[in-house]
Amino acid sequence: MAVSAVSARTDSQSRPVRPPEMNVFIGLLVIALVFEALGWLFIGQSFVFNLQRLQIIILQVSIVGIIAIGVTQVIITGGIDLSSGSIVGATAMIAMSFAQSSDYARAVYPALTDLPVIVPILVALVIGGLAGSINGALIAYTKIPPFIATLGMMVAARGVAKWYTKGQPVSFPTESYAWIGAGLNPVIIFLVLALLFHLALKYTVYGNHTYAIGSNQQAARVSGIRVERHLVMVYAIAGMLAGIAALVLSSKNVTAQAGMGMMYELDAIAMAVIGGVSLAGGRGSVVGTALGMLIFGVIISGFTFLRIDAYYQEMIKGVIIVAAVVADVARQQRRAKAV
Amino acid sequence: MSKVILETRGLTKRYGGVHALEDANFVLHEGEHVAVVGDNGAGKSTFVRQITAVEQRTSGQIFFDGREVNYAGPLEARESGMETVFQNLALADDLDVPSNLYLGRELIKFNLGPFSILDRKAMRERTQAALDRTAVRIPNLSNPIRNMSGGQRQCVAIARAAAFASKLIIMDEPTAALGVQETGQVENIIRGLKERGVPLILVSHNLRQVFDLVDRIVVFRRGRIVASLRADETDGNDIVSYITGVKGQSDVAYV
Ligand SMILES: Nc1ncnc2c1ncn2[C@@H]1O[C@H](COP(=O)(O)OP(=O)(O)O)[C@@H](O)[C@H]1O
Ligand SMILES: [Mg+2]
Repeated sequence: MAVSAVSARTDSQSRPVRPPEMNVFIGLLVIALVFEALGWLFIGQSFVFNLQRLQIIILQVSIVGIIAIGVTQVIITGGIDLSSGSIVGATAMIAMSFAQSSDYARAVYPALTDLPVIVPILVALVIGGLAGSINGALIAYTKIPPFIATLGMMVAARGVAKWYTKGQPVSFPTESYAWIGAGLNPVIIFLVLALLFHLALKYTVYGNHTYAIGSNQQAARVSGIRVERHLVMVYAIAGMLAGIAALVLSSKNVTAQAGMGMMYELDAIAMAVIGGVSLAGGRGSVVGTALGMLIFGVIISGFTFLRIDAYYQEMIKGVIIVAAVVADVARQQRRAKAV
Repeated sequence: MSKVILETRGLTKRYGGVHALEDANFVLHEGEHVAVVGDNGAGKSTFVRQITAVEQRTSGQIFFDGREVNYAGPLEARESGMETVFQNLALADDLDVPSNLYLGRELIKFNLGPFSILDRKAMRERTQAALDRTAVRIPNLSNPIRNMSGGQRQCVAIARAAAFASKLIIMDEPTAALGVQETGQVENIIRGLKERGVPLILVSHNLRQVFDLVDRIVVFRRGRIVASLRADETDGNDIVSYITGVKGQSDVAYV
């Protein structure tokens, strides 16, 4: 029967496909080993086997990592979010103004000091979620390209951050607010959120629809998925995660400033793309992004470790971002040829 | 004659000034297999999209299973028992076979609204059963369908339609991109549907296939239905003259 001919490609298909996260993990090991070797060569000490350094690396990247969890989901739908850094700025200012201690005489709302910590937390979730919903609604219903819609939000949210206190920083949070981002808490918060959204993407209807929309929006629509509603939800979640990052960051720094989170969106996108999340949509995972985040952190702190000037670090960061995108485009082209 | 399952009256679709479908009056009976043929741009896919509510019609009525229907979207049409294999494969390349079969109506283990937990095991088992019924062999159901051949992917799309269709299946050029053997397999699936008594609308360019498979042939030309002929009372030349407009235009004027 014709069956045998149709399944002629059995050999290459019967094997499960190797998870792409494996490649990212190998990349992480290789990069760490390179810095290890350079460390012994030029500095005379180990790069990897230094608990303090490892802690600093992971602490540095975990706040942007929280944003990257949301950006990952947005990119999987075939979109992009350039507004997360600005949402961090606006949310940090607004949330912090509801977290000020009465010890401070010039609070933004002198009548609203010493509020329970749940208030600024809810404020951050609402502000972040609202900004994200606006992104999502613009993209889903007015069909504005995600790049443009979130670029608009990037500018507007930064404006909100500056307007809110006319540029003054907001400081002196309550002790409980300051605790949120203290010590290794940012890492723990990142891990909990990463696990949560890893499960959501892998094991729930939400995850299946997110991949389906990025893979073939037309197919998703004719299959009865409410594409518009789903996109609003994904962008709203990304906004909320930026809001959580704002909480953690402003708490860790015990102050909020209008310029907070500047360029974080690019770092977050870079982490996702390094981690194998495809800008074409439909592919990627939170695990990949977490590994991408570690690669990002290792490279940045590797350069610090080698005492390379900060200016060069910025340039190198730019190169990493472009290189990750170039690699993604090359992967897509290879795949297009293979089909 | 047996009961009517689908009827359209005066079905019309315009895209701006383009009259893609004009006054289509069409009837399909229970258990009947009908082919829709016509030149490129004749309005066949437009006809399919109106019936399945992928688009909203400009005017006209649709009756399905004994009552007039006005579906708000494709999900409602599917829920009423009609399944469609669209011309451009409606599959998500990055998902595996079970996720594609159950796209938009996933089986769940635990209801948490949008975050309901998928019952992957049940989806997998039932997918395997559906594929077995259509004699489609897919080596590894858990791989994304991106890596499959065109024939296998089309078989997945058809297996999906066959698995869920209770009252009607519509296929828009299901074998247009397939090789000879893959086409043969799709035709076998269609024969199986005939045996099961599932009504079918088959949009096709392949007249050999059409004469092999269906009971009746409906010809579209420039957005209009110009002929409806029993397959055993016509032949290829006749159909071609309707498709090209050699026959039909004057007839329509006289009717
Ligand atoms: N979304 C659309 N917008 C404008 N014109 C369309 C659209 N879809 C189809 N058409 C036009 O309608 C006519 C019928 O197209 P179609 O139904 O795809 O034909 P067929 O499937 O028979 O090849 C063509 O002239 C086509 O260009
Ligand atoms: Mg067509």
